[in-house]
Amino acid sequence: MIIESSLASLGKYCLFLCRVFSFPDRWKESFKRYINEIVKLGLDSIPLVIVISIFIGAVCTIQMYLNTTSPLMPRYSVGLATREIILLEFSSSILCLILAGKVGSNIASEIGTMRVTEQIDALEIMGVNSANFLVLPKILAMITFITVLVVFSMFTSLWGGYMVCAVTGLVPVSTYVYGIQTMFIEWYVWYAIIKSLFFAFVISSVASYFGYYVKGGALEVGKASTNAVVSSSILILLLDVILTKVMLQ
Amino acid sequence: MIEVRNIKKSFDGKTILHGISTSFYDGKTNLIIGQSGSGKTVLMKSIVGLLRPEEGEILYDGRDIMRMNAGQMKNLRKEIGMLFQGSALFDSETVLGNVMFPLKMFSDLTPDEQLERAHFCIERVNLKGADDKYPSEISGGMQKRVAIARAIALNPKYLFCDEPNSGLDPKTSILIDELLSDITKEYNITTIINTHDMNSVLGIGENIIFVDKGHNGWTGTKDDIFDSECQALNDFVFATDLFRRVKNYVKATRNDRKEGVK
Repeated sequence: MIIESSLASLGKYCLFLCRVFSFPDRWKESFKRYINEIVKLGLDSIPLVIVISIFIGAVCTIQMYLNTTSPLMPRYSVGLATREIILLEFSSSILCLILAGKVGSNIASEIGTMRVTEQIDALEIMGVNSANFLVLPKILAMITFITVLVVFSMFTSLWGGYMVCAVTGLVPVSTYVYGIQTMFIEWYVWYAIIKSLFFAFVISSVASYFGYYVKGGALEVGKASTNAVVSSSILILLLDVILTKVMLQ
Repeated sequence: MIEVRNIKKSFDGKTILHGISTSFYDGKTNLIIGQSGSGKTVLMKSIVGLLRPEEGEILYDGRDIMRMNAGQMKNLRKEIGMLFQGSALFDSETVLGNVMFPLKMFSDLTPDEQLERAHFCIERVNLKGADDKYPSEISGGMQKRVAIARAIALNPKYLFCDEPNSGLDPKTSILIDELLSDITKEYNITTIINTHDMNSVLGIGENIIFVDKGHNGWTGTKDDIFDSECQALNDFVFATDLFRRVKNYVKATRNDRKEGVK
């Protein structure tokens, strides 16, 4: 029964994506929406990304310091380990999980509200492909802007660690900086960016799907928003395992 | 003119429309009335193409929408305007933005011409000066008028209104009815109004279709309704004491006139 309903949902999701990825009726209007979505979904997420990244970077640094007490471990390993955690997991996977909550619920509730207030029906009556008009700009905006957010998160997290070292003196700042430069593998940055592109697609498309097919009223919009966040979070974790296996092994 | 021939629609095995046939005429306010759950919204959504009936024909001036491909359907939609129960205005757009929307999407007008047309439609529904307000900043009656302005922006041949008076006070309801009636005559539109409002029925009902449990229960005009012997229609329209008194008064007046003529 669960398998059957899951397959039905997957099929419905694929048909939904077919409607989303068609040619827009008016490119100019779609481009305007794309710019608006970049501001709403991307730029407006920057404060959250900054706050979370600084604190996580700081906490990682403290944890690394506390857990590498062996005299055989060089002090710069604090910076090195912090960098690896940030690049490999935090700034891509964990950040996208956080964005699935913020952006995903925003998208699902916005589209869901449009559905229950018949705004989507109004678009359809006018002859507008509502899925394409509403969802495509969101997906494209998320995919293009996620790179900025991820790179931003990398820098601010490492800066968070730097600030902890500078303020508390756990590790000399020069040692921390030496650590984050040591044995640097550029591919890890690309790996994080590539992963985040997949996650951005999942966040925006899954949330849009749940919002688009809401039936009922305000209560169902809330449920759709929760389901969107839960489903996209699980998919992100699943994809994280697959992509890590494929790209790092 | 829109003709509906023998349309049947069911949901999860439960039949909602049992083969309804009727016609809606140009330049007239065609009303679909019926109790809640009688199938009138399903009938309207089927006619407008939001639902697909299992059987029957829906002819827009001879063009059957059941046999149209996506491209033909898209072209037909440009001839349709619709006013939704909750107005369905785009929250993120101003009044002007809402009215401009169909023009931007589907007209070949220049930006200046689009603006001129949008202003004309806004003035036509007596909303001059409200251009920059958002839907949340205006009253329910004003929202309906913006929705009417948006619906007529592309000069539609067919105008559908789903419960245009729901949630409005009687005075505003009459204004909306008059506006819809005037626009119908002015542009010779085929207007179909789905309503519960008995003031609308007796005020602007030039062609009334009474849907009774998914069947076409009765068809006539607002004047015929007083002489109807359809029990379900009488129970529905003259359910309140006020409307029973109106009916008695109208019948008495008609009898007096007949006797006067004799």
